[in-house]
Amino acid sequence: MTTTTTILASVLTTNLAILVLAGFIGFVVISKVPNTLHTPLMSGTNAIHGIVLLGGLLLLGLPGLDGLSKALLVIAVAFGTINIVGGFLVTDRMLEMFKSKPKPKASDEDDEKGAGS
Amino acid sequence: MIGLPLASTFLQDESFIYVLYIIAFALFIQGLRGLAGPTTAVRGNRIAAVGMGIAVIATLLNPGEGNWGLIALGLALGVAVGVPAARNVKMTAMPQMVALFNGVGGGAVALISWVEFRHYGSTYGSHWVLASESGILVPIGKGTTGSGISVSVGGVPTYVAIFSVFAAIVGSISFWGSNIAFGKLQEVIPGRPISFGSAQQVVNLVLLILALAAGIALVNGAHSELLFIGMLIVAALLGNAVVLPIGGADMPVVISLLNAFTGLSAAATGMALNNPALIVAGMIVGASGSILTNLMATAMNRSIPAIVAGGFGGGGAVAGAQGAGEHAGTVRSTSAADAAIQLAYANRVVVVPGYGMAVAQAQHAVRELTKELEKRGVEVSYAIHPVAGRMPGHMNVLLAEADVPYDQLKEMDDANPEFQRTDVSLVIGANDVTNPAAKNTPSSPIYGMPILEVSDSHSVIVIKRSMNPGFAGIENELYFDPKTAMLFGDAKSAVSEITAELAQL
Repeated sequence: MTTTTTILASVLTTNLAILVLAGFIGFVVISKVPNTLHTPLMSGTNAIHGIVLLGGLLLLGLPGLDGLSKALLVIAVAFGTINIVGGFLVTDRMLEMFKSKPKPKASDEDDEKGAGS
Repeated sequence: MIGLPLASTFLQDESFIYVLYIIAFALFIQGLRGLAGPTTAVRGNRIAAVGMGIAVIATLLNPGEGNWGLIALGLALGVAVGVPAARNVKMTAMPQMVALFNGVGGGAVALISWVEFRHYGSTYGSHWVLASESGILVPIGKGTTGSGISVSVGGVPTYVAIFSVFAAIVGSISFWGSNIAFGKLQEVIPGRPISFGSAQQVVNLVLLILALAAGIALVNGAHSELLFIGMLIVAALLGNAVVLPIGGADMPVVISLLNAFTGLSAAATGMALNNPALIVAGMIVGASGSILTNLMATAMNRSIPAIVAGGFGGGGAVAGAQGAGEHAGTVRSTSAADAAIQLAYANRVVVVPGYGMAVAQAQHAVRELTKELEKRGVEVSYAIHPVAGRMPGHMNVLLAEADVPYDQLKEMDDANPEFQRTDVSLVIGANDVTNPAAKNTPSSPIYGMPILEVSDSHSVIVIKRSMNPGFAGIENELYFDPKTAMLFGDAKSAVSEITAELAQL
């Protein structure tokens, strides 16, 4: 009993440490993002919390699930997949538009001036 | 012959899977760092996506994994729905889409917690004491004590039950709240605040207490699935009750808040399932969502508790009605031809886009207009309020889509000092973010909110569909300013008309 409790306590404290550190990393990494990228950032982080998919996948491996549990998990896996796939694709689409903006602009403007005169 | 089983043993080794998780969340962090700059952002997002792929594969390697058909079914369903939705959504509908993706994430968390309860719930409350001491029969998790007596371990630890129930409540709130936010932005549900009036805060509080009470009872061993479902429903009602009274103007803050909620609930699920990838990814999202929420709320001069308590929307609508009565009839309207002339002879024009531009899909028309102006030597820039549109950066996304050069986009703090030397400010479908009442009228609900100081410029042209107040529900003094001319109409057609008139000058 003592052993089990000890192991559990260390699992809990280790996970809590991970939790707290991840929170700080989140603050540090993300507070540097410029205002203009906030929508893609929100969309990107949105995709990342689709990681709950893993929870659905893990539970589907449990023995002795009844029909309702299986149905709930299939929906959960589908939801998680929508969250991930949709989230990353949408973010990619948004960011593609930001990319290549500053550099081709210079030449674009030259072209337009040329065409205009 | 021997290599294959060895390889599979290695691949399914717990430590190997853990290492894959570590790689995965390192990639998430690296990816988010990439999102910090416009040039690295695309790669950052892809790095995070690769991390996600690794995390999923690592999970599927788990030796206990099973029900492959159902897993395939769930994944296929998700891809079949998610990919077309993401591919086809218009850039203007992006905020709703984020709300929806956020919602399904929260829904997944709630469902997972439900299954956890169905599976382990009969042992909730047993506090990891030995079966012989507590007298509880144990369905899972067996162990032996050092003395060799075979004992059953009393189910899942209490902390697992706590995290699981927490995830269920928050996930359910997030799912329903996000769906309401989606409905409001998609205009399926009216954007104006819907509330029980003064009883709203009491209702919210009662629902919250009910959900918490049910959660505490479950953690303490109330082995009732009905109670669990009841808790999910109460949390769902709470999600509805919190978001319904919030007006459209506050919606970005709400989506951001719910995004943080879903992240936290995912981290809680990770704590319950002892899964480091879930803990790290969920918590990072929780942290980022909190930062974004705070930034947005600050930009709108709102406190998060006030928004969530439904304190703002209703009061704003009343103030708006009064304001309309005071001012009616002092508005100057203009024509596309006059506006074209005014713009053509300006030296410096600042475009102030808002939600109206997004709704009308006018960003390409706006770009055409500004190209035409630039040809005539007019200096054009865009002033972007942090919360213009429905989310921070919403305008930037739209204008980038229309090929507006990145360096022409000015953020509020850079744009404001320049309005004094601006000849014409062209306000396209922006309202509350230009309202001088935020600076001049202490009684206004938006007093103190940072605004674009459009009224400092020599003249203002406002393109707007009607005199209806904006989402905050308050009248805009700017429209009654003598130097302001209103051009009524749909943003896209109005801008196109101006461009056509310009071409004829």
